[in-house]
Amino acid sequence: MTEPAHRTLGMTDDEYARVVEILGREPEPAELAMYSVMWSEHCSYKSSKPWLRRFPTEAPWVVLGPGENAGVVDIGDDWLVALRIESHNHPSFVEPYQGAATGVGGILRDIFTMGARPVGLWDALRFGPLSDPSNRYLFSGVVHGIAGYGNAVGVPTLGGEIEFADCFSKNPLVNVMALGLMRRDQLVTRAAVGEGNIAVLLGSATGRDGIGGASILASASFEEGSETKRPSVQIGDPFEEKKLIEACLELYERGLVVAIQDLGAAGISCATSECAAAGGMGMTVDLDAVHLREEAMTPGEILMSESQERMLAIVAPDDVDEVLALAHKWEIDATTIGVITGGDTLEVRHRGEIVAAVPAASLSEDAPVYHRGVERPAYLDAVWADEATLPAGLDLGSTLLRLLDDPALGDRSWIFQQYDHMLFLDTVVGPGNDGSLMRVKGTDKGLAVSTDGDALRCSLDPRRGAARIVYEAALNVAVTGAAPYAVVDNLNFGNPEKPAVMWQFAETVEGMAEACERLGVPVVGGNVSFYNETDGVDISPTPVVGMLGLADPMPQLPPRLDRAEAGMELWLIGPERGDDFAGSAYCRIVLEHRCGRPAEPDPDVARRVVEHAARLAHIAPVVHDVSSGGIAVAVAEVAIRSGVGVRLDNGDWRLLLDESPHRFVVAVEPGTDLDVSDVASRRLGVFGGDRLDFGRWGTVGLSEASRVWRQAIPRRLG
Amino acid sequence: MKIAVAVFPGSNCEHDVEHALGLLGADVELMWHQEDDLSEFSAVVLPGGFAHGDYLRTGAIARFSPIMDEVSRLAEGGFPILGICNGFQILCEADLLPGALVANRDLNFICSMVHVRVESTAGVLTRDAEVGQVLRIPLNSYEGNFVADAATLDELEASGRVLLRYCDPAGNVTDEANPNGSARNIAAIADPGGNVVGIMPHPERAAEDVLGSSDGRVLLASFVHAAEEASR
Repeated sequence: MTEPAHRTLGMTDDEYARVVEILGREPEPAELAMYSVMWSEHCSYKSSKPWLRRFPTEAPWVVLGPGENAGVVDIGDDWLVALRIESHNHPSFVEPYQGAATGVGGILRDIFTMGARPVGLWDALRFGPLSDPSNRYLFSGVVHGIAGYGNAVGVPTLGGEIEFADCFSKNPLVNVMALGLMRRDQLVTRAAVGEGNIAVLLGSATGRDGIGGASILASASFEEGSETKRPSVQIGDPFEEKKLIEACLELYERGLVVAIQDLGAAGISCATSECAAAGGMGMTVDLDAVHLREEAMTPGEILMSESQERMLAIVAPDDVDEVLALAHKWEIDATTIGVITGGDTLEVRHRGEIVAAVPAASLSEDAPVYHRGVERPAYLDAVWADEATLPAGLDLGSTLLRLLDDPALGDRSWIFQQYDHMLFLDTVVGPGNDGSLMRVKGTDKGLAVSTDGDALRCSLDPRRGAARIVYEAALNVAVTGAAPYAVVDNLNFGNPEKPAVMWQFAETVEGMAEACERLGVPVVGGNVSFYNETDGVDISPTPVVGMLGLADPMPQLPPRLDRAEAGMELWLIGPERGDDFAGSAYCRIVLEHRCGRPAEPDPDVARRVVEHAARLAHIAPVVHDVSSGGIAVAVAEVAIRSGVGVRLDNGDWRLLLDESPHRFVVAVEPGTDLDVSDVASRRLGVFGGDRLDFGRWGTVGLSEASRVWRQAIPRRLG
Repeated sequence: MKIAVAVFPGSNCEHDVEHALGLLGADVELMWHQEDDLSEFSAVVLPGGFAHGDYLRTGAIARFSPIMDEVSRLAEGGFPILGICNGFQILCEADLLPGALVANRDLNFICSMVHVRVESTAGVLTRDAEVGQVLRIPLNSYEGNFVADAATLDELEASGRVLLRYCDPAGNVTDEANPNGSARNIAAIADPGGNVVGIMPHPERAAEDVLGSSDGRVLLASFVHAAEEASR
């Protein structure tokens, strides 16, 4: 007996029954294809929707919040910023170069579909340990894919973050964030209004690549033999996208577009139905007008194709000729494929026949919502009780070398030197620092961005872990002189049908939401990636925060890690605990211990520390967040990057390696008034010499530390 | 005096060049690659990027764009022509400069600050600089590795047409300081007239201190001054 068609498309029997109910009949094959993709987890957020309402999404500067292609915030002076983050996890496992490349291409379309020019990219990457050749293949493939696409499409990659853990061996995470900039009057939406307006398909021809990407790749778990899913991975063409960006920006400039929508997951199905639904209209679509790469594609295939580099523009009939001429100038394809109609029906024709006629809004708005079971995993009690046994003392010199040799703590320039991070001449603080900082030409403003995640800490306590990455991201933008302004989030989780995974998800949302509330920063968009599960094993809960900060004005000479000089004093700002080792780099790398419960963040202290960092960024040459590896690694990074040694005053070694939150270090000339009376602060030592000198806890030469740090990634790649 | 910046489909540094030359007071206009009349311009910049996606071979398709006939005509007339990165590759493909740019030695894209030493002032890129001067300028390329046969390299050196070489911060030209494997550490060259120049690093990215370096200004200023002279 053969499987019913809806099941092979990833749809449940109940969902199928719902389609029948909406249509009042059995769906045609093309209709079934459309519903299966649009109602997939990837497109419909059916398991996460009830929880995502918890996020604070409002602030006076929010122009568009979650649910749009990208969030949009107002930064003043008539400038708007569009931002978005999205995952491309499963495609990157199946084919790392193209998976990552098309992840970049997809997120950029989400930005320029809003009317903004994409001006920056960030990547949050997670892989299994580099000791495994297959992980090295995935890692270098993803980095090359990001470089190959991002560089050629002409958008700089300004930063990101990386983490390695066993759970990502067969499920790497590739989260890409993008930022766009536009004048206030350039904002466009996807609301297809105006009966008689024409739908124009711009960009690449439509082929069989990526069919079922959303429903099959992104909304299901992996088992042995996932390589056979390779035809579901799309192929990117950055040259086509570059032309498409320039063509669309000129269309907006000339006011030729009523509405526009990029074609991403679910291709033409998604773009046509979302445009029509957003405008409260219907649309008639003629599939015979779609430029195809190969003949004999079925209507369902044309509708579901995820061929890259395509946009659907809604234009007034009188403007069609001008739009087509402009497309011709930029050397991209453009064909009229549809008409906006009254009513609410999306009608699709193929070879003279109606192959689909469905209520447009039903595809996006009537998707099922699941209130999945939630249950706290019992094993957590044992995890929390299992605290690391710390030694009475240690040699910090050799310990530090082990930490600096870790690929997540070592020099990441092997990665970011492959990315053009200087294009557009706005990069004031580039990759390799805490947060990146770009200027906005013609203003005094700077835009800071940091992406942060911490799968290990989130696995130990999702709520605390998630809250802490929000505070860390806020501090990372603050050290450039910026105040936290808006958040986008990428929630990477395992199989939502497991109550323990949904508990992790619910806790994560709560932790992030509360932290955002306490900082007064709105969540303006996000992405949920479920089913990060291979062979029945789920990844650690891995929320990634993309934080936008606004520096207004931008510091004249913003802090960087390489600006410490001999004679400068080193200060720590923020409270110390000395006991927050759960999830720390020291425990993970040296003790190989991954248990315990991370300390709870303190929202009031967090906010004050963030404000101090943003203020001190205007006067201190170095302001650096303390995170993985604690003070010892933070100080070593400054010393290595600045090429100057440092001598720390004696103290408990545990204060140098624990990772209690809300702390940063500054390098300043002696006698500088830091003015930090309402939070703890302590003089740590002084810069000078050619060693990292921890007093009675040991010492290590700067050149040796530097060599180990620089080789952390290259030596593992052979 | 007006300088044209040629824009091919896939170019991406045209606005950066426009901005940096604008800081020096130059009058700059972006010109689409289909243009076949540059008679009102006294100099042309071919900017960085990925003209025609770098498909087939870097610069191989761009050399056939209509604007390149005008670039050749202006080059023959002694007008200043500057190719930066992808523009350098296009000039080589168009036979306006000798040699070729191939994949970097390590087969990775390189975006990084590098040091170059001024070797000769016999080109419109370096006429205002001093021989021996060390400049810190960003490199940003995958095919940045300059190659040519030994006779061509000898000829370039003998005629003072090697304008810049990769070096260490102290100005020593060493293998370690060669980021991409370029023959004899060559980073920029000129044609026999000195008016057509190609440079692999990006001087326009080093024109403001806030971005980390303004060492590229002397190169851009040289070019602007040459353009001013040519317009008279």
